[in-house]
Amino acid sequence: MDSIGVLMACPMNSYLEQQLDKRFKLFRFWTVPDKSLFLASNKDSIQAVVGNASAGADAELVEALPKLEIVASFSVGLDKIDLAKCKEKGIRVTNTPDVLTEDVADLAIGLMLAVLRKLCESDRYVRSGKWKKGDYVLTTKFTGKEVGIIGLGRIGMAIAKRAEAFSCPISYYSRTKKPEINYKYYPSVVELAAHCDILVVACPLTKETHHIVNRDVINALGPKGVLINIGRGPHVDEPELVSALVEHRLGGAGLDVFENEPYVPEELFGLDNVVLLPHVGSGTVETREAMADLVIGNLEAHFQKKPLLTPVV
Amino acid sequence: MESQLPQERSKLRTKDLPQVLVMKPPPLLTLFEDKFISTKFQLLKAWESTLPLDQFLTTYAGSVRAVLCSGASPVTPHIIRLLPSVQFVVTASAGINHIDLNECRRLGIAVANAAAVFSDDAADAAVGLLIDVLRKISVADRFVRRGLWPAMGDYPFGSKVIISLFVCFTQESWDCRTWKHRSAVAKRLEAFGCTVLYNSRKPKPWVPYPFYSNVHELACGSDVLVVCCGLTAETRHMINREVMVALGKQGIIVNVARGAIIDEKEMVVCLVHGEIGGAALDVFENEPDVPKQLLQLDNVVLTPHRAVFTPEGFMAACDLVVANLEAFFEDKPLLSPLIDE
Repeated sequence: MDSIGVLMACPMNSYLEQQLDKRFKLFRFWTVPDKSLFLASNKDSIQAVVGNASAGADAELVEALPKLEIVASFSVGLDKIDLAKCKEKGIRVTNTPDVLTEDVADLAIGLMLAVLRKLCESDRYVRSGKWKKGDYVLTTKFTGKEVGIIGLGRIGMAIAKRAEAFSCPISYYSRTKKPEINYKYYPSVVELAAHCDILVVACPLTKETHHIVNRDVINALGPKGVLINIGRGPHVDEPELVSALVEHRLGGAGLDVFENEPYVPEELFGLDNVVLLPHVGSGTVETREAMADLVIGNLEAHFQKKPLLTPVV
Repeated sequence: MESQLPQERSKLRTKDLPQVLVMKPPPLLTLFEDKFISTKFQLLKAWESTLPLDQFLTTYAGSVRAVLCSGASPVTPHIIRLLPSVQFVVTASAGINHIDLNECRRLGIAVANAAAVFSDDAADAAVGLLIDVLRKISVADRFVRRGLWPAMGDYPFGSKVIISLFVCFTQESWDCRTWKHRSAVAKRLEAFGCTVLYNSRKPKPWVPYPFYSNVHELACGSDVLVVCCGLTAETRHMINREVMVALGKQGIIVNVARGAIIDEKEMVVCLVHGEIGGAALDVFENEPDVPKQLLQLDNVVLTPHRAVFTPEGFMAACDLVVANLEAFFEDKPLLSPLIDE
């Protein structure tokens, strides 16, 4: 298969890159000085694109690659891929569900505990030597807090299962109520936010869910509420979020994703009621390897005319 | 008595109330003093006197029957000798290592603590610390706040939580009544897919996890060691170099119990030389001093003994301590007496 051209959209994982290089003819899109020239010269050689949460295959790229057969995403999120365009052209699309579900859910709970119990702030406090001056600081209890989940898919359910072990009552919002689920359903995100202490974003990013957490939702969550975002930055109206935090209209936030990664609003850097992570939701050695194997597995299955492992389109 | 002013009458009433000695105020008392106003007792505040403690006790505490103590004001045989009437010691903490239990047992002094109301918060902190050290949450947060993300690209990965299949913790004085509370850490970790093993002085038939008779064997079979037992003569430095080497290069220690259960000097050496993978510590041998070498490491998370510091936990502890004191003075059964094993 080393004559099959695979375009890797951006640097994402060295193990994946090595494997792609070994098995296929790999083109590293980010090393190309003139992208349009590159595409014009190589369009007939590229049969696959590998993307991730930062870069995928938008309509323009799909149009520029007439021989494109498959887009394999090194992520479970598909917001960087023009799915309609792919469907129209009969291009297959795969992602990496399930293998990263636990890591993302673990991180969501980790963020909740870190924000409510001020773990990062405590660690800074000790490292700065301030403990010797003594201080009784109380943090907020996590057990028993009401957790509201936007999107009850694989990741949402895994978060719910973990939060339940802390006796947290679970409620959720999704496009339709799930009759088989016992958690409390709210038909709107604002109502969900009004009735929970911790609001978690765990749904896919689409046109409909863009800025699903807006000013109204943030106000409903309130000065004691905490927002946890392990979805995508654009799920949240970031300037609104920043001013709510700075003005104490929102109690706190644990954020793994931002609207313009890797840029994080600097107003957040001085706050002790936020935890800021550089998009590490699925970032464990074990999981990234499993995701890479899934990307490779899907590509090989496609070119060997076998059934895809995790097709979306 | 109608000729007396209301203040005088209330002073008289207070005079009649039995006293509870407090040598130094525990954090609970400092933060929530009004919760300790009771119609059944009053506080004898030794720290407000200019007299040295021994002299204060000899002068004023001769008929004191109850003591409210804490880590900062230990109940030693010496103190007990200065309190000839003492019959009850209650601590505003989960830990009891600052009370000489042998001496209390010998003299028939009842002891109560507040472990039950702190178990959720302590368990939450233990799990939070574990996820933090494995997934590098505090380190990554520092990385972002220093503005390094745009310059340096992605942060190096952490390790999966549930791959840490064997999570073990040691437990001392469990009995089937307190099991519900002491299992708080295990219950939470099971939801993450962790397998729980345990060590204790004796196997407990009501505990559903595999039992290991010694900590060294437990460490051999584990990825993470969560310490949540009491500090006693037997558990002091129980986590020693051998145990840590057995835990291994990927192994993690989480300590929300007492610093002295771990040989801290050896732990620092093991961490600096990579003989264990990391540690998440809420307690240290000489608080508030933390070994300087730890402050430079990215594979440790350090918190200043705050595992149970939530307003909800503290208020519940105040209520429990007051309820125990009131029960004692009314000759009713204590609410959270220590069980003798």
